[in-house]
Amino acid sequence: MAEALHMKHIVKVYSNGVMANKDVTLCVNQGEIHALSGENGAGKSTLMKILFGEEQATSGEIFVNGAKVNITSPQMAIGLGIGMVHQHFMLVPSLTVTENMIMGIEPKKGLLIDEKYARQQVEEIGKKYNLYIDPEKKVADLTVGQKQKVEILKALFRGAKILILDEPTAVLTPQETVELFEELKNLKKSGYTIIFISHKLNEIKELCDRITIIRRGVTMGVHQVASVTEEDISRLMVGRDVVLTIDKKPASPGKALIQVKNLRVVDENGNAQVDDVSFSLREGEILGIAGVEGNGQSQLVQAITGLGPYTSGSIMVNGQDIRGKSVQNIRDLKLAHIPEDRMTSGAAAKLSITENIIADKLGWKRFSGRGILKKKAIREYGDEMVRDYQILCKSQDVEIGSLSGGNIQKAVLARELSGEPKVIIANQPTRGVDVGATEFIRKQLIDMRDQKNGVLLITSDLNEVLGLSDSLIVLFEGKIVAYISDVSSMTEAQLGTYMLGIEKQEEAQIKEALHE
Amino acid sequence: MNSNKKIHLLVDSVKMALIIAIACGLVSVIVFTVSEDPGPAIYSFFVGPFTSLRRIGNIVEAASPLVFTALAVIIIFGSGQFSMIAEGAFFIGITGTMAAAISLDLPAGIHSVVAILFGGVCGALVALIPALLKMKWSVSELVTSIMLNYVVQFFAIYTVSYHFREVTSSSLASLAFKETSTLPVILDGTRIHGGVVLGLVFCVLVWFFLYRTSFGTKLRITGDNPLFARYAGLGVTGVMVAAQVIAGAIAGIGGGAELLGMYNRFKWTASPGYGWTGIVVALLARSNPLLVPFAAAFIGYLNVGADIMARSSDVGREMVDIIQGVMMFLIAADALLRGWKQRMIVKAAQAEEQAKANEDVKEVQA
Repeated sequence: MAEALHMKHIVKVYSNGVMANKDVTLCVNQGEIHALSGENGAGKSTLMKILFGEEQATSGEIFVNGAKVNITSPQMAIGLGIGMVHQHFMLVPSLTVTENMIMGIEPKKGLLIDEKYARQQVEEIGKKYNLYIDPEKKVADLTVGQKQKVEILKALFRGAKILILDEPTAVLTPQETVELFEELKNLKKSGYTIIFISHKLNEIKELCDRITIIRRGVTMGVHQVASVTEEDISRLMVGRDVVLTIDKKPASPGKALIQVKNLRVVDENGNAQVDDVSFSLREGEILGIAGVEGNGQSQLVQAITGLGPYTSGSIMVNGQDIRGKSVQNIRDLKLAHIPEDRMTSGAAAKLSITENIIADKLGWKRFSGRGILKKKAIREYGDEMVRDYQILCKSQDVEIGSLSGGNIQKAVLARELSGEPKVIIANQPTRGVDVGATEFIRKQLIDMRDQKNGVLLITSDLNEVLGLSDSLIVLFEGKIVAYISDVSSMTEAQLGTYMLGIEKQEEAQIKEALHE
Repeated sequence: MNSNKKIHLLVDSVKMALIIAIACGLVSVIVFTVSEDPGPAIYSFFVGPFTSLRRIGNIVEAASPLVFTALAVIIIFGSGQFSMIAEGAFFIGITGTMAAAISLDLPAGIHSVVAILFGGVCGALVALIPALLKMKWSVSELVTSIMLNYVVQFFAIYTVSYHFREVTSSSLASLAFKETSTLPVILDGTRIHGGVVLGLVFCVLVWFFLYRTSFGTKLRITGDNPLFARYAGLGVTGVMVAAQVIAGAIAGIGGGAELLGMYNRFKWTASPGYGWTGIVVALLARSNPLLVPFAAAFIGYLNVGADIMARSSDVGREMVDIIQGVMMFLIAADALLRGWKQRMIVKAAQAEEQAKANEDVKEVQA
């Protein structure tokens, strides 16, 4: 079989000194589905950015269809027949499917865009590949699965022969994943080459022909998927045997720490983002909130933490109504918050690790007197936190932005959990964090629960929500559609039907979430 | 990442040296093209400022007001705001101090302190206006502060013309200040005055404020990432407003110190522009309060050199403005020397890898 793509000995050093690729070789044959696998931070994304011209390799060679190329921009990559489907969709929500597809390559009629012809083409290509999406629909009105289809079509429309899919199933429900796999198998039959980035082993087993594994920026080998087991793959990825299951004692919930009653959050356009939501978080339990992203989770978290407004209803934290309270007031009620996106709202990148950890504790007597910082106490505390939370760094004085994602997350955890909180709002706590750090973070959350605290866990990782939570709420379009008091009885497929809004529990069952 | 820090420091220092070298080179090129007799002109520009104690004193005098405005800029920019009010705060500080110096009757010493503090209060009040407008109605502080600078300028001229004018003078000048208000000269043979010392004290104070107090830390967190500051429960708007008020007060005090240290009457007909030059100084000092005196002295040196050159040759002093513009441009040029820096970082990263690999081998052998 002919080689579609060969990347040889790729090295990449970022300007902050991080060596993301040390020596990576990737060889993909024409017409195969090739898995690219490795832990978060192993260098998969960097490699694909280099292939797509978004980053330049420090050294190494790239061959496309046997010819040596030097890819300096995404335009060039597209010209070479390489298409990328990003994990975070690159679509304009307020434009239609057609407008998104033809962006930058609009068919012209004189000075104007030939809309009719464009629509025809979009419709045609959708039918041809069995990926039909209404060309007139606005992207904002599509489901996540449909948006992904538009992304794939967009790449095909630009003449891609090699398709890169970056963790495409991370945002999909199990049902949508099945559908995606059918489509990808069809594309393979029509002669397309697909690079499938994932660390979900069962998916790789099901879909892919060969697999390249990267660990810490170095290729660990290429294998026929059929001839290796899931255990083999995970050992190659991590370098040791990993505990894939989450170990915890049964929960013994106590009194309510957070009580949300009839909460509604209506946005500027009059749409209810959170619609009549009621539940309680009790001490000694991890309450999971499952749902496809964008079904009201962010608004709910913002309302509880005081960062965003709510329209009606009430929120009690530790027995106090938080209406009108500032973020500081709510934090004073022993509420900690691990934010969804650590870089936008969880850290000040240019400040040191320690300054980030004490950002919410500047008023503590231990760290300042009469407004003047107690440098020595702060330094000791910084060292203590770096040690206890196993933050890998040269010293506590380095800029937090120069650490890897997993270590920044540990620093965030250090800040939030060291203040002896009663309630922890953990929003996507392990997103973009490597396997080792994930294990550590999950263990910390379970420890917090075992010390009679309450953890509200918001995650789009089905494995995590099923493995970590004691009880579970499913959000769909801002409403609670299911409350599961014992998560161990739940399967991924069943959860998927709730997340997609296909099934809904009886009102009485949902009301149990309030525990009154 | 320690080697990384060293690389950053090295590249930064080389970049600064390069920028200063380019600025000096540029002076020479311009002088050679416009002057009939370039040799003495260049000599008087570069060496002239050091030929007498009085001239060295001139450098310090020129640097003194820039220290205050640069500190104000560092605090405002450090809190993530882009208010240009340092200029207006400085000038209103001059005006307020003038009023107090003329109309109050106080013993020597106390009079200057009260007058300068009053200037500081005026500066703080002016800086508060764009801050409040931003807080209440999200008006861009950049726009309001620039507009306000004009309002301040004409208000000051009006105040002098209609309330404090020396009617016997043919040009615009205020009444003479009471002698109890003026700041003493601290070095004979120069005009280096008490305000210079005050400026140095403020450099240390601002450094202490930013890096050793909890409010200063809040300010820096807010400046680096306001979303994070909000999330951590810091009163973001309060920090932003307070930063601008503190900065306004410092610029106003600077205006007062300048007035009472260097003059005995108010003689300006337009805003002197120290606020704008303060931005250059702040950039040159890399926003570090402790480096501000050096950066201000360098800009002061350029100004004195240009003055001497203008007096002793056929090259105009406007040359300094060209140099300052070019320097600002170069400091803002992030990509300058980036290739060199990247190559060093790659090398360091590879060396680190190699060291790690060697250690692993040793471990295996053991």
